[in-house]
Amino acid sequence: MAKITLSNLRHSYYPNPSKPDDYALKHLDLSWEDGGAYALLGPSGCGKSTLLNIISGLLVPSEGKILFDDKDVTHLKPAERNIAQVFQFPVIYDTMTVFDNLAFPLRNRQVDEATVKSRVEAIADMLEVTDMLGTKAAGLSPDNKQKISMGRGLVRDDINVVMFDEPLTVIDPHLKWKLRSKLKELHQELKATMIYVTHDQTEALTFADQVVVMQEGEVVQIGTPVELFERPTHTFVGHFIGSPGMNILPCEVSGGKAMFNGQSITLEGEIEAGEGKSNEIGIRPEHVTIADNGLEAVVSKVSDVGRHNVVEAMVGGTKVASITEESAPNPGESIHLQFDPAKTRLYRDGWIATKSTGA
Amino acid sequence: MKTENQKAWFFVLPVLLLVAFNALIPMMTVVNYSVQETFGDNLFFWQGLDWFQQILNSERFHNALGRQFLFTGLILAIEIPLGIAIALAMPRKGFWVPVCLVTMALPMLIPWNVVGAMWNIFTLPDIGLLGYFMNHTLGIDYNMTQDPFAAWVTIIVMDVWHWTSLVVLLSYAGLVSIPDAFYQAAEVDGASRWSIFRYIQLPKMKQVLTIAILLRFMDSFNIYTEPFTLTGGGPGNSTTLLSIDLVKIALGQFDLGPAAAMSLIYFAITLLVSWLFYTLMNRDVQK
Repeated sequence: MAKITLSNLRHSYYPNPSKPDDYALKHLDLSWEDGGAYALLGPSGCGKSTLLNIISGLLVPSEGKILFDDKDVTHLKPAERNIAQVFQFPVIYDTMTVFDNLAFPLRNRQVDEATVKSRVEAIADMLEVTDMLGTKAAGLSPDNKQKISMGRGLVRDDINVVMFDEPLTVIDPHLKWKLRSKLKELHQELKATMIYVTHDQTEALTFADQVVVMQEGEVVQIGTPVELFERPTHTFVGHFIGSPGMNILPCEVSGGKAMFNGQSITLEGEIEAGEGKSNEIGIRPEHVTIADNGLEAVVSKVSDVGRHNVVEAMVGGTKVASITEESAPNPGESIHLQFDPAKTRLYRDGWIATKSTGA
Repeated sequence: MKTENQKAWFFVLPVLLLVAFNALIPMMTVVNYSVQETFGDNLFFWQGLDWFQQILNSERFHNALGRQFLFTGLILAIEIPLGIAIALAMPRKGFWVPVCLVTMALPMLIPWNVVGAMWNIFTLPDIGLLGYFMNHTLGIDYNMTQDPFAAWVTIIVMDVWHWTSLVVLLSYAGLVSIPDAFYQAAEVDGASRWSIFRYIQLPKMKQVLTIAILLRFMDSFNIYTEPFTLTGGGPGNSTTLLSIDLVKIALGQFDLGPAAAMSLIYFAITLLVSWLFYTLMNRDVQK
């Protein structure tokens, strides 16, 4: 077990990167605490898998260092780093039994057979695959195969970190939930550092204590699921997390006030000093309410998603989404919208620019 | 209540006719010859299974069959491991992939009798490149028209040269179909080079290797043109494989009855070995 530090990390797949776009990872400074459950969240192609492969040692970064505790492991091979990785598609050794699959990483390290047996049986018990130990791994269903590949990662007791690269992609939806809670359980039991890569916000938010949101090779925010939801530091986070995502409304700033569609909008706090090319108001649909007075809007679409209704309304030329639990207005109706001031932020060039009032 | 549509038979009929015309009828002619004696003039005398008995008991057939199994066994023992080794050494991506693939495919594009003729000239002791080099530069006495051992070495090397590529290309196809994640997982699991081969590459190549072995078995067991062009079955009878012997009996001695019986036995052996091999290899798959 170790604390993992990424220091001044940059990576490019080109031999001679010249412009920022050549980098799959643009400057990272991050540390992962020992025993934490982390999620790396971002859209496809944002560099999460690259980052994962750098931590596991399958890739050597173009610049920067990786430290496990205080030891520089930047140039160590994956096998020398004592890490485990679970891949998107279940990797199992077809010709071996389930037992031999789970024992493989231990036997490769010359662990004595008695220890192998007790470790494999303990892990099989946790994963609830004890009854399959004697069968050939080739015939298993995808979710069991993925369990086995997870098991191969967890079977060693000297691992520094277990990494999951979108491990539930090929799993049937009704089993995803089961496997995910299994993972959470395993994390609590084993206390190993886990890094979970995904583009699915539900997976990230339910699994992790800390979520690292990435976009185009950069980390845009690190925080607990609640922080990411409540106060996104970047419009990308606001938009990416939530269903539907945060309303991002273009606005004008004059005299310390934000003007949207000709009306002054009360923000959570003062606007920080500075100039930017664009200003936007960010407010989650959960904090937009339909009221008797406020912003005038015309309902354009109502979707009943079960627990609540998502009302989309046009304010001038801008679409604003609102979530309401009560009966929704009909499309075409004129309504009034109110923003919860404590949850209304201003974003300048994408980054948050209002001072938090501590709420 | 039958609502089956019998029209489908009409669509199969042309193929049946074609197969009957080019396979079944000629085959039945062979069966016909194998149980009769003929002296020409379309005079036939019933002979029963005498020819089969004669062939199965003849030492000449035993020897030819032995040589045939030796030849096939040796070339399989060389070509399969060699083919896998070359496939493993080939690059997976980049500029050199097409270069390797085309180079590998080249020997297979050369007609069989041309291969035989090429190697015949290549090994001539006085003017052949290899023959001259062996005899005059290295000082090794090498003359495959006189020395049975040299003749055997030559036909085997020639077959390896001609057909290892087939095993290479099939194995390579199996190898490139393995996703990167398998290699990465093995690396993380601390697997040795040998374990990667044994537990990832070999199992993934199993299907194509079965096909490769089957093709090489059938082809080499029925081989005629190349060794005949190269050695003519000599020196003596030392490289007279089954097919060469069969042609000698059928066309050289014009013993149509025994030759027909031998063809059928020959065919039965090829079929039996192929079937046994294929069934054994696919035992796990069908389960």
